[in-house]
Amino acid sequence: MSQADFTMEGHSTGLTAGPAFSIPTKKLAMWLFIIADTMTFAACLVAYGFVRNGSLEWPRPFHSITNVALMTFVLLTSSLTMLFGLRSARAGDKAGAFRWTMVTAALGIVFALLHIREWQELIDQGMTLFKNPWGTGLFGASFFSITGLHLTHVTCGVIALIVVGVRYKGGRYNADDIEVLGLYWHFVDLVWMFVVPLVYLLNLAH
Amino acid sequence: MTTAEDYKSNGIGKDLAIYVCLLVLAGLQFVIAYQNIDASQMLRRMLVVAGIEAGLAALFFMHLWKEKRVFLLFVAIFTISVLLGMQYGWTDSSRMVVGAPFSKTQ
Repeated sequence: MSQADFTMEGHSTGLTAGPAFSIPTKKLAMWLFIIADTMTFAACLVAYGFVRNGSLEWPRPFHSITNVALMTFVLLTSSLTMLFGLRSARAGDKAGAFRWTMVTAALGIVFALLHIREWQELIDQGMTLFKNPWGTGLFGASFFSITGLHLTHVTCGVIALIVVGVRYKGGRYNADDIEVLGLYWHFVDLVWMFVVPLVYLLNLAH
Repeated sequence: MTTAEDYKSNGIGKDLAIYVCLLVLAGLQFVIAYQNIDASQMLRRMLVVAGIEAGLAALFFMHLWKEKRVFLLFVAIFTISVLLGMQYGWTDSSRMVVGAPFSKTQ
């Protein structure tokens, strides 16, 4: 459509005005997605808190913090490498931006593998979605739901990192696309900062 | 978008400083987990630390600080108000344990 199609007599701006908040459309869309996704995670965590508070025999199955500490370190470090990738992209260093984006994706894969290993250990101890040897069966449902939702985000992020990285290297995407993807990746990191204390640390066996 | 000049003016040191702060704060959460305090107090302390971490990540890693103030306010006010709105049901969760009709203690 041309601008003339949008223009009415005496009302020439309206639909053709600049993007809201003077932010490019892709970036604004990502921010709106992040705000919506915040509500999704918050709803899951509040629901988890609700059943935890209302259950007398809430399990505390975690004896070691080594794995979750390592996962936190890996995810935080991946946020830093994402920043390096964006910095390289802004500086016009295509090879550097591609390299750092792939390093971020690799760290995401390491995080996912650590996560799956932890799930496997819990499953081996008899924990399923609806029952576990330690207490109320709601624990398995809430634990796998919240960490599974986060792991899904990490997996999607890794795929997006690889796709955007390759396309950026090929010249189809630019630094703005790296920045928009970076927003998503930092958000995944940010959510983990709430998942760790609520789901893991409050359920440590003392 | 954040411009190349912005990136030149803010060196890599700032990113590293925020990263170290986040690592320290994450470590602090683990320390709190081993303190000999009751669960509600532990939860409050951990959430405060997580809130600071989230603020640092959003402002500096996600560059919200460099966006227009009106956008920063939009994100902050909208998100915080909805998150606060989700807190209305906590009294009901306590009733699941101590009150009728679903009390487990009766």
